[in-house]
Amino acid sequence: MDITVNILLTIATAATPLLIAAIGELVVERSGVLNLGVEGMMIMGAVGGFGASYLTGSPWIGLLAAIAMGAVFSLLFAVMTLSLATNQVATGLSLTLLGLGLSGMMGTRFVGQPGERLPNLDIPGLTSIPVIGRLLFGQDPIFYISIALTAAVMWFLFKTRTGLTLRSIGDSHTSAHALGIHVIRYRYLAVIFGGACAGLAGGHLSLVYTPQWVENMSAGRGWIALALVVFASWRPWRVLAGAYIFGAVWIGQLHAQAFGIPVPSQFLSSLPYLATVVVLVLISRNKRLTMMNTPASLGQPFVPDR
Amino acid sequence: MKKLLIALMTTTAALSLAATAEAADKLKACWVYTGPIGDFGYSYQHDQGRLEVEKALGDKVETAYLENVSEGPDADRAFERLAREGCKIIFGTSFGFMDPEVKVAKKFPKVMFEHATGYKTGDNLGIYNARFYEGRYVLGQIAAKESKAGVAGYIVSFPIPEVVMGINSFMLGAQSINPNFKAKIVWVNSWFDPGKEADAAKALFDQGADIIVQHTDSTAALQVAEERKLHGFGQSSDMIKFAPKAQLTSLTDEWGPYYISRVQAALDGTWKPDNVWLGIKDGAVKLAPYTNMPDDVKAMAEATEKKIAGGWNPFTGPVAKQDGTPWLKDGEVADDGTLLGMNFYVKGVDDKLPQ
Repeated sequence: MDITVNILLTIATAATPLLIAAIGELVVERSGVLNLGVEGMMIMGAVGGFGASYLTGSPWIGLLAAIAMGAVFSLLFAVMTLSLATNQVATGLSLTLLGLGLSGMMGTRFVGQPGERLPNLDIPGLTSIPVIGRLLFGQDPIFYISIALTAAVMWFLFKTRTGLTLRSIGDSHTSAHALGIHVIRYRYLAVIFGGACAGLAGGHLSLVYTPQWVENMSAGRGWIALALVVFASWRPWRVLAGAYIFGAVWIGQLHAQAFGIPVPSQFLSSLPYLATVVVLVLISRNKRLTMMNTPASLGQPFVPDR
Repeated sequence: MKKLLIALMTTTAALSLAATAEAADKLKACWVYTGPIGDFGYSYQHDQGRLEVEKALGDKVETAYLENVSEGPDADRAFERLAREGCKIIFGTSFGFMDPEVKVAKKFPKVMFEHATGYKTGDNLGIYNARFYEGRYVLGQIAAKESKAGVAGYIVSFPIPEVVMGINSFMLGAQSINPNFKAKIVWVNSWFDPGKEADAAKALFDQGADIIVQHTDSTAALQVAEERKLHGFGQSSDMIKFAPKAQLTSLTDEWGPYYISRVQAALDGTWKPDNVWLGIKDGAVKLAPYTNMPDDVKAMAEATEKKIAGGWNPFTGPVAKQDGTPWLKDGEVADDGTLLGMNFYVKGVDDKLPQ
């Protein structure tokens, strides 16, 4: 039983950064903006979070710094694409490249320094309940944030008026503009929210997952998060499912190898990607619904006075 | 905006011109790394070697490096760029740079090339390597002594000879202490992904291993060992700070002395392509201070280290292959060629080698 609990906890740790970054990007894309800079914002969050935690000695301050770092860094993207109407794909890609380089430079002095791990939740009497205790009440704080965030985004997008407005902007920014909605302001807020989420995901890497700073430590997780959003056809609960399927197969294949299952390890390594794509494509096989969920003006620059 | 751009361009041009002028009478030595120099592992150690060159040779040399260069055909451009930028001697530090370096070396016959951990040479291309397997034999012995379960978890990157050789040597060392010792092997198919390395370590511990060995570059696995109050070995650099209670020792690389001698040879005009394989006795492979183990285990490890430094090879027969067929006869020592192309396991390894 203990091993099952351990496996589930490991899966949750692997899925959490993907889920947070993907949920943030989902909101950005629902507003019609495609930000390919997730990997860059994530790694900036990781270095900011680790740096602040290292300098102040408090991983909690690190957590806040990670969020702030992601948000500030995304602002750069927002100014470029929203105010100056640059190409979103190119700007997003350069944001990733810039983030990877800049974080490496900023983090030079943190290399080889052990960091402090954000403590797990520990509620007396509850965390010690066998099996479910550690699963429900004994995980790291960012895990709980990730679940709450998913629920909050679902509620916001589909149950609030502001969420409806945001989605309508993503579908047709010209119509929204004609109705007097401040398209650019909404999009700024969405992009910054996405940046904060990516930063938090990065903070999870350097404060919980592997409490250390090393260059490129995000190792492509930002790209996986981006892909999750598309394959989940822009639905929050599907992003949640996707992140956990990916995490489960990712950990499962490591266990399969350790167990000695005679399947080529290269195949096993590709399995998380394959499985996630297949499952999410199956969930969203209804073409009409997928079309409806796809933000129609995704990636198109919007200039109000034209 | 346009004015700013022009100003910027002129400055850059002036700066790069200044750099070339300054470099004219210096020898430019260059390095290509596959990882970031901030990995605190393999590439970091190579870069420490580069810094030692700068320190030792001072004004006579100028160094440059490219990091995060992907292995494979894409590396062509990196080597070509350095050769065009005036590098006189170029060190490619990863196995996957082999073919690109062979190709670029032919194009630039006046530039001296060196490639680490490969096996192809040329008129202006030398190879160098470190006998990490020597250290891994010591790790195997320590693991067999220290593991209560008799099972180690082994995290590995790619099935190249270097890695296979390491697994075999580790197992031979472990079996010399405990003939029934087992290693669970997980291929993560990456040199550098801290998260995945941590996940692999957790999986291995969950399945009963109580000591972790790695042939990947980050400190993540050791941190997991520290959290679970178990043990492990560091890789490439001394990782004791990350796992003060978990690290038994660390298999570290010291490239500095070699780089200094080669760049000095290039300065003197005596550089010739060579094929060197440095080990514990040359100081290129080092074991970090033995910690978290009883004195008798420490003494055993030190004795083995000394024996290897004295010229004994861990791959000395009798050794059988995984399927039981004999490989080395009693007293027979494996030749370097076989080791460098190693694509089979020795007896007792519980894994199927990915092809």
